[in-house]
Amino acid sequence: MNASGDPRARRRRITPWLFGAPALFGLALFLVLPFLMALILTFTDQRLVSPEPGAVIGLRNYERLLSISALVQTPERDAAGRVAHGYSGEPLYARARAITRTVHAYRGYHPLTDFRLGERRVTVLAKDPAFLRALGNTFVFALLVVPLQCSMALGLALLVNAGLKAQTIFRAIYFSPVVMSMVIVSVVWAFLFDKDLGLFNQALKAVSFGLIKPIDWLGNPSTAMPAIVIMSAWQGAGFQMLILLAGLQGISQELYDAARIDGAGAWQRFWHITVPGMRQTIGFVLIVTTIAALGLFAQVDVMTGGGPRGATATVMFEAVQRGVREENIAYGATIAVVYFGLITILILLQQALQRRRAKATP
Amino acid sequence: MTPAQRRMVPLRFALYALMIVLALLFMFPFLFMLASSLKTNDAIFSDLESMRALLPIGPLTADNYTHAFERGNIGHYFVNSMLITTITVSLGLVVNSLAAFALARLEWRGKQVVLTVLVILLVLPFEAISVPLMLLVAKLPGISVGTDGLALTRSWLDTLYVQIIPFIANAFSIFLFYQFFRDIPKDFDEAAYVDGATPLQVYLHVIVPSSLPVFATVTILQALAMWNQYLWPVITVPGEAARPLMVGMQQFFGARKTAWGEVMAYAALITVPVLLAFIVFQRWFVRSVVGSGVKG
Repeated sequence: MNASGDPRARRRRITPWLFGAPALFGLALFLVLPFLMALILTFTDQRLVSPEPGAVIGLRNYERLLSISALVQTPERDAAGRVAHGYSGEPLYARARAITRTVHAYRGYHPLTDFRLGERRVTVLAKDPAFLRALGNTFVFALLVVPLQCSMALGLALLVNAGLKAQTIFRAIYFSPVVMSMVIVSVVWAFLFDKDLGLFNQALKAVSFGLIKPIDWLGNPSTAMPAIVIMSAWQGAGFQMLILLAGLQGISQELYDAARIDGAGAWQRFWHITVPGMRQTIGFVLIVTTIAALGLFAQVDVMTGGGPRGATATVMFEAVQRGVREENIAYGATIAVVYFGLITILILLQQALQRRRAKATP
Repeated sequence: MTPAQRRMVPLRFALYALMIVLALLFMFPFLFMLASSLKTNDAIFSDLESMRALLPIGPLTADNYTHAFERGNIGHYFVNSMLITTITVSLGLVVNSLAAFALARLEWRGKQVVLTVLVILLVLPFEAISVPLMLLVAKLPGISVGTDGLALTRSWLDTLYVQIIPFIANAFSIFLFYQFFRDIPKDFDEAAYVDGATPLQVYLHVIVPSSLPVFATVTILQALAMWNQYLWPVITVPGEAARPLMVGMQQFFGARKTAWGEVMAYAALITVPVLLAFIVFQRWFVRSVVGSGVKG
């Protein structure tokens, strides 16, 4: 009799699938299938509410999303061949918009940003500058919030692990913002960020004796993103604190005692025992925080609506904006798929790096 | 007190001061919400400039709460949110822990593939698939309970279960269970198998009793996510009947001037139950996160 005919062996083969079936079915139906649907949608021009089914348009969505070009211009010259200058002394150039509108090769492109290279001006053009700006904003947000939030969390974890009294109460207080809904947190903080009356500007005024002018936190393109960074770090740090605390408590107390006997100071103990002992935990926290940061949506949606002038629009915000609110579901799906691809690449890179580092330090 | 301990006194004092300042920073948006929920709209704005904004002082009123109750069907939304949260979480505990048990403790072909897919799914943000998922549930056959008994419907939209069923299976929950189950010593279940136990008995009598911390962690993380869900009900539940608490907040931001006192009262009504539950369970919860696989 072969193995597959044995009823007990067969049961052993089937049981794991039975156990896994409900969850795997749920994930397949409500996560994998929608993702595959999104993937198919990206090759069509499907609208959200439309009487006609979408037509297949190949890679046009991706092309529109990712096309970048550059326009290099020399300054305008007057009849004598001298460089023409504007009022403030800068050379004058033909308007980029005028060129993208008339020159066939630049059809469909819009200026994203420009910079000077000698006397030439280089204008970076994109078919969808709003998306690329959102992509940039998302990375800026992650680069600011991940170090801030994680170091805050580490500080808090060390503080509530320092062996003082009433730690459980402080731990609970630091964690409490995590249980609040991001939508509610955002509404409340919008008040605190208010230009004329908000507590932040009042505090700055008091601390600087009126020297710091009121900042229009959410209304100014250069402060809106930092404001969202501060709020997000405040809201989320408690969660990372808890995970780091778990890591801290996993380090053997004997190591510290031995180091103390050898005369190691607090800093030395931190760098040579705490940090190495927490490497894995810190790595995990960094990944989780980065993924969450790259998915930034609710704060932006409630507090700024992507503004002012697109300064806080993020990838996920653009995906929902185009897909749901502008009902261009195929394009929204394309944004989501590109975003997913980017995160996957990022994680694979990180894992490869980790593996190399693990090899380097046996 | 030894001299060494005496030298530490100023340091301890500084640490306490730091902890208290930080605690105030972490609490003040919440204090602002509570204080404002008891004030008139004018008082909220006139107090905004000073520390009065954080304190319930001046003429206080409970009108915001009564208005909030009059304006929206809060009791009804509350029941909806409770149903959505408790049903999703309890079914999720069973389904996800069973799958994790199969992944962590049983040998079967295809396990590695499932694990890899699971890790990829972990990074798939919900926003990315929300629209295709909505198109999908809009076409799934459902059941409605109407005046003429049960009836088949052609769509899941505008129901309670559209907010429940898609969220029962959860990759992150499976992952947390998996990490915890993996670290339980194998001798336990081997002894049980020798005694003739079935995998289901091992799951029930060996694995579950020794994994209560991770069950607590998953319960709390999943409950928070469900209670605070916003984007999904906004796009799938246009009607009043199945509306959850979070979405009910929208009706306070009308075309006319926003009544901020009422917004804050409503926000407090959503937040306080969760905060109370957290305070009651916090020691257990903190210990469970510390003890469970969240640390990676």
